[in-house]
Amino acid sequence: MIELDTTIKNRAGIHARPSAMIAQTAVKFSSRIFLEKNGNRINAKSIMGIITLAASFGSKLKIIAEGSDEQAAADAIKALFESGFNEELG
Amino acid sequence: MIGNEPKVFTVLDLVDLDLKEQNALGLKCVAGRAGLGRQITVPDLNRPGLALAGFYESFAWNRLQIFGRGECAYLAKLDAEGSHQSVQTLFSYQLPCCIFTSSLLPSESFLAAAEGAGCAVLTTSLNSSDFSGRVIRVLSDIFAPKTTVHGVLVEVFGIGILLVGDSGVGKSETALELIERGHRLVADDVVEIRCVNGSILMGQGANKVIGHHMEIRGLGIINITHLFGVGAIRDKKQIQLVCQLEDWSPDKVYDRIGMDELTTEILGVKVPKLEIPVKPGRNIPIIVETASMNERLKKMGYHSAKEFNQNIMRWLESENARALYFSRDDY
Repeated sequence: MIELDTTIKNRAGIHARPSAMIAQTAVKFSSRIFLEKNGNRINAKSIMGIITLAASFGSKLKIIAEGSDEQAAADAIKALFESGFNEELG
Repeated sequence: MIGNEPKVFTVLDLVDLDLKEQNALGLKCVAGRAGLGRQITVPDLNRPGLALAGFYESFAWNRLQIFGRGECAYLAKLDAEGSHQSVQTLFSYQLPCCIFTSSLLPSESFLAAAEGAGCAVLTTSLNSSDFSGRVIRVLSDIFAPKTTVHGVLVEVFGIGILLVGDSGVGKSETALELIERGHRLVADDVVEIRCVNGSILMGQGANKVIGHHMEIRGLGIINITHLFGVGAIRDKKQIQLVCQLEDWSPDKVYDRIGMDELTTEILGVKVPKLEIPVKPGRNIPIIVETASMNERLKKMGYHSAKEFNQNIMRWLESENARALYFSRDDY
């Protein structure tokens, strides 16, 4: 199991479009991938779940991946957060 | 009329058009039968008033010539004065035909001139403005750019949906289930599309004989009108949405939010398009039905995906503000 910490870098936070980008990246991996915020853990392959986190600008998230390609999966998701989803950074 | 095969549409075709009551042109030929074979090349009209008065510059001779009360009165005046020069000049052009509205009849000398020139003279009981409106509509339909598409056209909750996709992907089966659920079939397999007014795509069956028959694998040819009744069919419908059915490809990214609006172009007109991946166990007819209702909602000004995202953004914003407030040291 891999755990990575990340921060929301884009100003708008995780709305529908970033959430779809996360889910679409996550489904490419066979590992089980989760996002955690303030102890709430959701499946990173579910768009609605990710939105439910209400991850606004500056909030801290934990990426958890578990499975055969966990390292690659966690890195790919983290890279998305780092890039700010090609949106305006705060 | 770019990209359109040249049409041969004669005056006789115009007289022969089988139109419903409210569109009927009511044309009768009173002279110059020899001219019925002349071709109509432009979907337009001309009132030859100026020409009769002797002004032949920019005379649109290749259009249908409409004679209303004014033209007739002038012709009668010319006749009374015994001057036939104007009419002779008129018939020196290859006019497609002369049409007299409001059941007006020209003088014998005019008819004789038309006969001599081999130009058909038609009359209609409609008045000029009614006739002009109808004939322009009829002609623009006939001269509209058209194309044929392999697909099924159905009407779902009042929205015309063109189902396209490779053979065997399940277009006809989807349409059949939609008909079962109370929607209507417009055309199966070959859909003829006309671009009316440059912005409306009208779809209909390419062939009256094929009509509303469908080919369902394992069943063969079935007659939808007889099986499901006349309520299950319609003759033509505007295409308002294109649903492209395709085999589910694991490498392809399908739209999961619905904020990016895909469109496709038919005859230069943009139509919203959805790509719907097909997989065993996926109920495509229900998805198409929902897509239709969503499309109606969009037309009414409510965009589900955008509205949803706006709410999320507002929520995130307030969340952010609250976090800032509670993290202040002087709190």
